[in-house]
Amino acid sequence: MTGIDATYRKKRLDRGIKVRSDSVFAISSYREILYLVLPRVVPVITLLVLPLILKGYWGKVLVFACMYGLLALSWDFLASCGLFSLGQSLFFGFGAYVAGTLSYYLHLTPAITLPIATLGGGLLSAALLSPVVRLRGVYFAMVTLMLPMLLMKMIEATGLVGGSHGLSALVPFHNEWISTYMAVVTFLVCLFGFRRLINEDYGLVLKAIRDDDRAVMSAAINIYWRKIQALFIAGAVGSFAGAFMTHHYQFVGMSAFALDYSILPVAAAALGGPGTFAGAALGSMILVPLSESLRALGGLRIALYCGVLIGSVILLPEGIFHYMERKYHQFETFVKVG
Amino acid sequence: MEGEPLLKVEKLRKHFGGVTAVHDVSFELRQGEFLGIIGPNGSGKTTLVNLITGFVKPDSGRVTYLGKNITGKMPYTIAGQGISRTFQMVRLFYNLPAYKNLIIPLSSPRVKKLRGGEYGERDDVAVDLLDDMGFERDSFVPYKMAGSLPHGYLKRLDLARAMALRPNLLILDELFSGMAMSEVASTLPLIEKFNAEGLTVIMIEHRLRELFRVVDRIFVLNFGEKIAEGVPKEVMESDAVKNAYLGSEIEET
Repeated sequence: MTGIDATYRKKRLDRGIKVRSDSVFAISSYREILYLVLPRVVPVITLLVLPLILKGYWGKVLVFACMYGLLALSWDFLASCGLFSLGQSLFFGFGAYVAGTLSYYLHLTPAITLPIATLGGGLLSAALLSPVVRLRGVYFAMVTLMLPMLLMKMIEATGLVGGSHGLSALVPFHNEWISTYMAVVTFLVCLFGFRRLINEDYGLVLKAIRDDDRAVMSAAINIYWRKIQALFIAGAVGSFAGAFMTHHYQFVGMSAFALDYSILPVAAAALGGPGTFAGAALGSMILVPLSESLRALGGLRIALYCGVLIGSVILLPEGIFHYMERKYHQFETFVKVG
Repeated sequence: MEGEPLLKVEKLRKHFGGVTAVHDVSFELRQGEFLGIIGPNGSGKTTLVNLITGFVKPDSGRVTYLGKNITGKMPYTIAGQGISRTFQMVRLFYNLPAYKNLIIPLSSPRVKKLRGGEYGERDDVAVDLLDDMGFERDSFVPYKMAGSLPHGYLKRLDLARAMALRPNLLILDELFSGMAMSEVASTLPLIEKFNAEGLTVIMIEHRLRELFRVVDRIFVLNFGEKIAEGVPKEVMESDAVKNAYLGSEIEET
């Protein structure tokens, strides 16, 4: 507190978030309305306007960020019911390959493959992981980490669905505007949808499973079925991202199961602040462009990227979004002492 | 004894390694009965509860509830049929407000069915339940984070969570441990009231004075075996119990 007169003291007042957002206060004045609405409207408008401004390469980066964002949201959703996944690439790969094979062999357009890949990928993920929903913590993480690698090797060894060459010359998106906006809107819908869902009774039960699964079982709720449902939802979201990128690149290969798709979403959620969805979204909106802008540095890129990640985790362990949220709800003033 | 018993436990047995935690325990429970289970520490009381409620699978034996075999079923299946329990070490959702803890059982398929699809106002039901448990409705207590509540409240919150399921059979695993005398004094009549309204209760307790006041019948476990059964006064005067239980240990009452 050097530089400030010693008779002053910082006074911090945490706003009653509940008071300001739950009752009549919320609509008592336009300042209060803005207070509530701005944090939701600003990111929505920003994301909807960005595709108009960003062209070419950076437009693609935005789409890429949205897809990583979906994977990070899907990761955060699983984490909120106690399933710590290190295998987001499994979901991504399922979506990518379902869309890829449909498009390659049957020449179906994205309008058909995307919904099929989203639902099919979700079903495949839930079915494949349902035997291990009893595993918790690091054991579940290990299984999810291994599965994409296993599938990757299987594709390589058997040569099925394109083998190590992948499937190329797939049906592209008709119109770049439509695809870009589809990415952005899906990302936003998923973000706000998850935030809403987790505060409903359904999400409450999921969070309770994370806190104490035995207590949930003694409340007569089939926790394994709920976890499988959560896997389906998370799997579908991840699969959408995979299917979208397949059509975006007009190619699907073994790289769809690459470790990047597993690790980067976790990093994004850790950076942004897990458990809020907004944190995961924010994290991927920071990490993906950062990673791309460091590309000019060549070999040093990954080193710098890791440095930024480590620094942020040490300096802001709670995550950026938690920090921002706390500050937003706080008044800080200097009051005269004595 | 007329008709089918509500709960029938036959020769239930469970080993943990070399230790026989529960050794061929059998008992029957009629609808509306209030049964006490006592026994020294480590005599297998909690394991018995875990076996009945499905948290631990028995090595042998059979549990029949309402004529149906529920041995080794999943805990949520058993809870869904109306056997609700509290935990000796309370298991709650500490990151949720107290009343939100009750939303979990209240949103279970069982309660939905019992309420006949009637939706909404679940928060009110939760707060009502907590009010019964001595969380004053108009205070801030029901809305506080469960993690910030004192131990006595947590125990009662656990009881409320168990009751939210609208059970037929309530199993209380040392509900009163760690509760203040005043809290016990206010909670006990509540359980008596539930029992008078037709709820069947199994109560495991170390506070014998309170237990004997309310139960119809008790049985005593020692080293996993049932050594005596009957009305409290007779049981406590039997030699086996005196030796195994009171003779070897000083009870805090």
